[in-house]
Amino acid sequence: MAQQTPITGKAGASGGKSGIGVEPDPRLLVTQTSPPGLAAAALRRIRGGELGPLPVIVGLIVICVVFQLMHERFLSPQNLSNLTVQVAAVGLMTTGVIMVLLLGEIDLSIGSVAGASASVLAVLAVRMGVSEWLAILAAIGTGLAIGILHGTVFAKIGVPAFVVTLAGLLGWQGVQLQLLGSDGTINISDSGAIAALTQTFFVPAFGWGIAVVVVATFLVFTLLGERRRAAAGLPAKPPVEIAVRTLALAVPVFGAVFVLNQFKGVPLAFLIFVGFVVAFDLILRKTRYGRMVFAVGGGAEAARRAGINVDAVRISVFALASMLSAMGGIILVSRSFSASLDTAAGEELMMAIAAAVIGGTSLFGGRGNAYSALLGGLVLGAITSGLYLLQMGTPVRFMITALVLLVAVTLDAVSRRTRRTHARGG
Amino acid sequence: MSTPVLELSGISKRFGAVQALDQVDLRVAPGEVVALLGDNGAGKSTLVKVIAGVNPADSGDILWEGKPVSIGRPGDAQRLGIATIYQDLALCDNLDIVANLFLGVEKSAAGILNEVEMERRALKLLDSLSVKMPSLRVPVASLSGGQRQIIAIARSLLGEPKVVMLDEPTAALGVAQTAQVLDLIERLRDRGLGVILISHNMADVRAVADRAVVLRLGRNAGDFPVEDTSYEEIVAAITGAADNPVSRRSGRASVGRTEEA
Repeated sequence: MAQQTPITGKAGASGGKSGIGVEPDPRLLVTQTSPPGLAAAALRRIRGGELGPLPVIVGLIVICVVFQLMHERFLSPQNLSNLTVQVAAVGLMTTGVIMVLLLGEIDLSIGSVAGASASVLAVLAVRMGVSEWLAILAAIGTGLAIGILHGTVFAKIGVPAFVVTLAGLLGWQGVQLQLLGSDGTINISDSGAIAALTQTFFVPAFGWGIAVVVVATFLVFTLLGERRRAAAGLPAKPPVEIAVRTLALAVPVFGAVFVLNQFKGVPLAFLIFVGFVVAFDLILRKTRYGRMVFAVGGGAEAARRAGINVDAVRISVFALASMLSAMGGIILVSRSFSASLDTAAGEELMMAIAAAVIGGTSLFGGRGNAYSALLGGLVLGAITSGLYLLQMGTPVRFMITALVLLVAVTLDAVSRRTRRTHARGG
Repeated sequence: MSTPVLELSGISKRFGAVQALDQVDLRVAPGEVVALLGDNGAGKSTLVKVIAGVNPADSGDILWEGKPVSIGRPGDAQRLGIATIYQDLALCDNLDIVANLFLGVEKSAAGILNEVEMERRALKLLDSLSVKMPSLRVPVASLSGGQRQIIAIARSLLGEPKVVMLDEPTAALGVAQTAQVLDLIERLRDRGLGVILISHNMADVRAVADRAVVLRLGRNAGDFPVEDTSYEEIVAAITGAADNPVSRRSGRASVGRTEEA
């Protein structure tokens, strides 16, 4: 929708609604503030290839409906509660992968980093008798250190990220095998801090409290933000749109709390996962650091010339990704009460990358958001859980997951092309 | 004429065996558009890099507002108030106009972006340049070439420079878009900025430039007031039309005859 807008000789005096204080270009589409106008604007964006989270939400609903029709327990509170705990570990890893994908790079080592951190955790907590909290911190620190190493080799020496993290994939798995030794498995206490990460469920009132706080915070900050925009003479969102957005947030939040409260309550692991997703979303959208990440992903040379320390951004992103992988590894240990040779050594890497792409983060860099981790993780989790209920094994699950991944990447590529032809940018 | 804001004299730069610049002079006054012309390899880009601090000169003097300065790094040039807009505009395609304008100099408090303030200032800046954009929140990839060039120029103005260097700003632009950029250059001049315009396009030069400085093979080959100079004279200086075997021979012949006489 790029109109060729001529420069007017003299600035028009009328502060029009076009956003710039000159006469609105008559060829420009002006978004009406009435509900039908907003709906029309939304439809226009979708046609232009700005699909946003729409395909994955539709996909998630379709998957849920299909599995519910095939198995009546799929949408039961118990199954959904299990699902939310299951997606937490890979979800944290996905959040890290998204940061790396936004840079236009890839991290293949996250599975091995999760495994290595998990074995550090188990060795410290069980074999060496360190307090579990300290062991958790040490495992997270391990991930951080590994990420800084990867990032430095990539950014400072210039080895492609693909190769650095491929070496990491092998090397850190070796460390994991070495640390766990001949037994191959270290069982952890089922009553300690580590186990509590996935065994804790909050009482219903707490869950409701969180839901109220989240929605209220969103509403208050949106209202304040739009008021500031209006005060500064900038186009602000009409109240109708704010109401619709708040409702679009409130329905899933309160719905999830309601369903989870039917079983044991909101699980701590899921809360940790969602908390990190929200935190990273805010970091990416609202902070200078997030802006730098997008800038480097969109054009490293442009970012460098603008005075952004590209190397530091790259190293920090790899550090964050590995740190989140380590957290994912800790959750994996917590769920299985043990660190073993299998911890994060299997499909976790592929699932984390697939979830990021399915959730809507572009493989081409510079486009995406942290919510992809939540949405993509839920899609893959729903497929896993549904097929498990239907007693279909890993072979079928892999094939179906592959299909979903392919559809997601195709959508990414097609919408990218549509954006180009609608001049919305790659 | 007022004191030049930027004055270079006797600038030389050598790359290995190549003498890229040899005793080049250039001066720019406030509110003046100087076109820097020359064929490929004439040393235009080298001179731009000297001024921008990317490739410091081997010898020569630089005066800034009458005072001698040295420009050793890009930061030096920026601190003095020299903004350079390179041909590849160095915009991030995935970011919107406001984000690109403030890239690297975001308004923020404790790391949190102040989007309202940035959008307000972006609006004011583009308004003051009489630039109209469909929306400040579209990714710059969706803009036309001319609009992108304008955003790149507008971005350089945030640092309140006194001299703006534009490297081929109208290359690859359509007719209307070129006119937009030329309008903007005139507005920069009206604001009292010194503009150095590197261009191959004689029509553009004649449209906006006050003076045309021609480089040829790393040397000054002429400094013309654009208004009273014909197109042919400038082209002759660029191509060195006067510098060919025939004219050299006739020059020698006339010298020879005078000696005989």
